[in-house]
Amino acid sequence: MNKEIAGTTVEVNEEGYLTDMSQWNEAIAAAIAAEEGVGPLGDGHWKVIRYLREQQAKGAALTIRSMGKSGIVTTKELYDLFPGGPLKKSSKIAGIPKPVGCI
Amino acid sequence: MNPSEDKQPVKKVCIIVSRGSLDGVYPALIMANGARMEGIDASLFFTFFGLNALVQKTLDHLKVATVGNPAMNMAMPMLGMPMTMPFPTWMGALPGISAFATGLMNKKMEELDIPPVGEFLELISDSGGKIFACKLAMDMFKLKPEDLSDRVDGVLTVGQFYEESAGAGTHILFT
Repeated sequence: MNKEIAGTTVEVNEEGYLTDMSQWNEAIAAAIAAEEGVGPLGDGHWKVIRYLREQQAKGAALTIRSMGKSGIVTTKELYDLFPGGPLKKSSKIAGIPKPVGCI
Repeated sequence: MNPSEDKQPVKKVCIIVSRGSLDGVYPALIMANGARMEGIDASLFFTFFGLNALVQKTLDHLKVATVGNPAMNMAMPMLGMPMTMPFPTWMGALPGISAFATGLMNKKMEELDIPPVGEFLELISDSGGKIFACKLAMDMFKLKPEDLSDRVDGVLTVGQFYEESAGAGTHILFT
């Protein structure tokens, strides 16, 4: 379905995740973050968001363990930056699909 | 009642871990970590043989229970054989079988990005999950707090564990 976020019409699924990561921009990220109760987005958030988008573009499966080992962010920092669902919320804000793994 | 009002979210899970085999411990660790990833609070309470997963000297040496496990056929595909292939329970007692099955499981889990127990406890603790040991079981096995992983948040009595579990939306799971 289509949804207007930060003045841009994007395609999202029923949970609000962008279905085409190329439609994403920083204003969209900020708007989703506000909706999710995250932010305002600072350097720490952006580092995670950019890393997630790079990994997604490479087709890598994202897990909470791999995030903690990425050198980008520690597990504790990730939970502090994106409270209430670190990987789910950061993925939504980064405009990539919801992670499907259990780890 | 409106069906959506009926769906009260899970706010917290308190998981009691009473077994100390690899297959007895991992499901609880995975459920606790998964809860934190969904924004659900999680507490783990290790009791009886479950303490095996908190003792520094043993926590990274848990074994798959191959004796008396009639479901070992599940592991057959890891050896390239069909899951329907029988694995008589007496075979589980042969020397080396448990160590072999454990090695195989550990390798598979690493491929799925499931960490070893020590690292898993760190992950859960860093994510805000709480890890407790049972006082009675500690006394029974003559364990001291310093024998346990430094990620353990405390040694609790049963009453203290129930206090820790207080609140609407908390679920207590026994494994």
